[in-house]
Amino acid sequence: MNAPILKLFGLILALFAALAALTSWNTVLNAGAYRDNELNKRPLLAEQSIRRGTIRAQDGTLLARSVRTGGRTGLYERRYSEVTQLFAHAVGYDFPLGIGRAGLERGRNDDLIGERNELTSIFDELRGKRQQGDNLTTNLDPGAQKAALGGLQGRKGAVVAIEPATGKVRVMASTPGYDPRRLDDGRVVSELNRDQSNAPLVNRATQSGFPPGSTMKVITAAAAIDSGRFTPDSVVDGASPKEISGVALKNFGGKNFGPITLTTALTNSVNTVWAQVAVQLGRKTLNDYMRRFGFYEDPPIDYPDGQLIPSGIYTRKGLIEASSGSVDIGRIGIGQERLRVTPLQMASVAATVANDGVRLEPRLTDRVVDRDGRTVQDVKPSEARRVMKASTARKLNEMMGNVVREGSGTAAALQGIDVAGKTGTAELNLRGLNQPWFVGFAPQRNPRVAVAVTIQDVQGGQGGTVAAPIAKTVMQELLR
Amino acid sequence: MKERNRELFALIPASLLVTAGFAAIFIQRDDLLSDVSLTYGAIFLGLCLAAHVVLRFTLPHADPYLFPLVAVLACFGLVMLYRLDEDFAREQAQWFVVGLIFFTLTIVGLRRDHRVLERYRYVIALGGIVALLLPRLSSPVNGAYLSIDVGPIEFQPAELAKIAIVIFLASYLRDTRQVLVVGAKRIAGITFPPLKHLGPLLAVWGTAMALLFVIQDLGSSIMFFGAFLALIYVATNRISFVVIGLSLFAIGARLLYAVRPTIEGRVDAWLHPFDPELYDKATGGSYQVAQSVFSQADGGLFGRGFGQAIIQVGDGAPILPAAHTDFIYAVITNELGLLGACAVLLVYVLIIERGFKTAMIATDSFSKLLATGLTSVLALQVFVIVGGVTKLIPLTGVTLPFVSYGGSSIVANFILLALLLLISDRARREAQER
Repeated sequence: MNAPILKLFGLILALFAALAALTSWNTVLNAGAYRDNELNKRPLLAEQSIRRGTIRAQDGTLLARSVRTGGRTGLYERRYSEVTQLFAHAVGYDFPLGIGRAGLERGRNDDLIGERNELTSIFDELRGKRQQGDNLTTNLDPGAQKAALGGLQGRKGAVVAIEPATGKVRVMASTPGYDPRRLDDGRVVSELNRDQSNAPLVNRATQSGFPPGSTMKVITAAAAIDSGRFTPDSVVDGASPKEISGVALKNFGGKNFGPITLTTALTNSVNTVWAQVAVQLGRKTLNDYMRRFGFYEDPPIDYPDGQLIPSGIYTRKGLIEASSGSVDIGRIGIGQERLRVTPLQMASVAATVANDGVRLEPRLTDRVVDRDGRTVQDVKPSEARRVMKASTARKLNEMMGNVVREGSGTAAALQGIDVAGKTGTAELNLRGLNQPWFVGFAPQRNPRVAVAVTIQDVQGGQGGTVAAPIAKTVMQELLR
Repeated sequence: MKERNRELFALIPASLLVTAGFAAIFIQRDDLLSDVSLTYGAIFLGLCLAAHVVLRFTLPHADPYLFPLVAVLACFGLVMLYRLDEDFAREQAQWFVVGLIFFTLTIVGLRRDHRVLERYRYVIALGGIVALLLPRLSSPVNGAYLSIDVGPIEFQPAELAKIAIVIFLASYLRDTRQVLVVGAKRIAGITFPPLKHLGPLLAVWGTAMALLFVIQDLGSSIMFFGAFLALIYVATNRISFVVIGLSLFAIGARLLYAVRPTIEGRVDAWLHPFDPELYDKATGGSYQVAQSVFSQADGGLFGRGFGQAIIQVGDGAPILPAAHTDFIYAVITNELGLLGACAVLLVYVLIIERGFKTAMIATDSFSKLLATGLTSVLALQVFVIVGGVTKLIPLTGVTLPFVSYGGSSIVANFILLALLLLISDRARREAQER
């Protein structure tokens, strides 16, 4: 009987070899695919055993922290305070096993869990050092953020404020918001997700494209002057209506201005003038300047890609360039047609003009500091690109000053401080449902804050009456 | 060196392993080396020594490596269980004591001649089948009827039944192996056993099918039927019998697959473990299989280290269910990596090798068949659970012998070990006397 016993042993050896082969497949050969499988929560869980860094506002207000969960598990979970509600969209949330991760919590995840380069982590491991998260201090200003949210009054809208010379994001407000403390509850999350019309989880400052209305004229003006084809004193006929792309275009209220300078045309937001300017500049030039201002790409901010959209012309087929043949460039030049922009983009436009034509990358984070207080990363201002000549920017600055001094934007004026800006009112339907806007900066000389404000679906409201006052309080708070 | 001295010597690595394992977990857990780790090592070593002394007096000629190899597995299991939950380890250690008592009782009771078992083969077979059917009286776990509650103890009779059935088969085939071969007829190139003896064999097949149908456990029936095929092959040296048996089993399993949703669910989970619908199913889905391969992937080549695998999520719910029983191989792979897992497999291969070696040097047919059957059933059990955990075959819950948590498993496997050592002792003694 020994021969069959030997053969049987051979068969069992083969079976065990198969077990070893499958174990090799699982642990080494196919391990990468298993680790990346979206059902696999292990990488997220592993991060839970790391004490995540805190997130603070610029003045040190604690916005997010990690606490040890009970028991022997040695895991940490995220805690938010009441004030975090103000910054719900900017800070985001971190519930890896539930709703997931968003905002800075996601965009700065590597810093927050203290992920260092491979070599450092190997040394740390050898020294028996546990991985610890680094703390973030943001540029966000609680007072101004509160002012922005107060101004929005729960209406759907967004406010972004940027420090022009550094790109520091001081305000990023989006309403309606949510309470991050309640997002660990699955029912709350599904309720928030179901609310399609309010979409409270969406950051309207970065994820929503709105028609910019007349605020677009800032870009058209920049292109006009910077290209050398126009000056602030160039005279264009402001008659209304005017045929643009074969269809009559009217000024606001049908007002007939006659031949006026570009300065006057910006102050009074004269559609026919700016549409003609855009047509004369042509699709290529305007498209070029839109690209320079950062259209057609995600804003270069420390915020997750999934929560950013580029500004541009959105068609059913997706984003198209202003240089494409099907585009009514005259109406693009005054912010109509299928143009959609984010509040973050428009704040960046205002900041670029304020910063003598140099666009900086917006930054929510000010610095990353480790547990021992050493600064790991000091976020330096980073120039995105020069958008226009400094002389152009200064001329535009003057023109925008006039808008607030004597034009449509007077509601944004501050006591004793010169403000420059531009209003916008995109008409959403014929029954007076509008999207009011205000973009601007202050002080006019040496600007310290640039702001963009927009509100959705306002019945009959104008940029100058609805959005400008909010911009005013936010700027006031930031200039205090 | 004498057998028992070799055994004693071979126990040293096992005791070192258990001490090092506990020390590693203590370091991981408290950043300090408690002397409790040494205590655990000492207790474990004491138990091993006690068993060794029993063997020294009762079975001086028995295979010297079987027991130390089992001790290595047991200590692996104990360390892993301690790492999962101290209570598991404590209870498991108590079960080791109970297991060693049964081990000793088996050896002492059958020391004169283990072949007395042949006399009681029908009683033993009946006992085995009744034991298998008993769990049908209680409620199923994950769709399978596997355990009964005896007071506070949950008992899995299948563990003991496997030994009973192997004893019966070895005894029955010793009687009939000659007639099975001589009376065989060749029809269409395939050798069929004589009709007269086909009956009992069909009865065994029927039992396996009934098992599958009644307790709805593919794993157990693969073990039993596999051991049966191994034995009939060794007894007759006719591969055709195995082919016929396998075909019958496959046909039966295919038919049952259609009518029994439990088995169908297991196969679906095996084929599509990452299907969201199957993954999220509350019971009988693929969550376990998926988590099992994820934890192995997390281990990689060298593993996370003792005590470093993620077992629970934040609120204490297990991420890998049944980590201490069915999925302990996945935890071992997670913490010790491919290398550690292969080491465990290698220990099993060595035990199996010793088992077959015992079968080969045994002189009488019953001992040969019994040793072959016991070794095969052990090997198949390892294959069924490790194959399920590694997604080689559909998952069915059986324990990993000597490693998984579970009283009935420990007791039954120590009895199995005792039987192997009894056979070995007689065979080696006779070889020496010749």
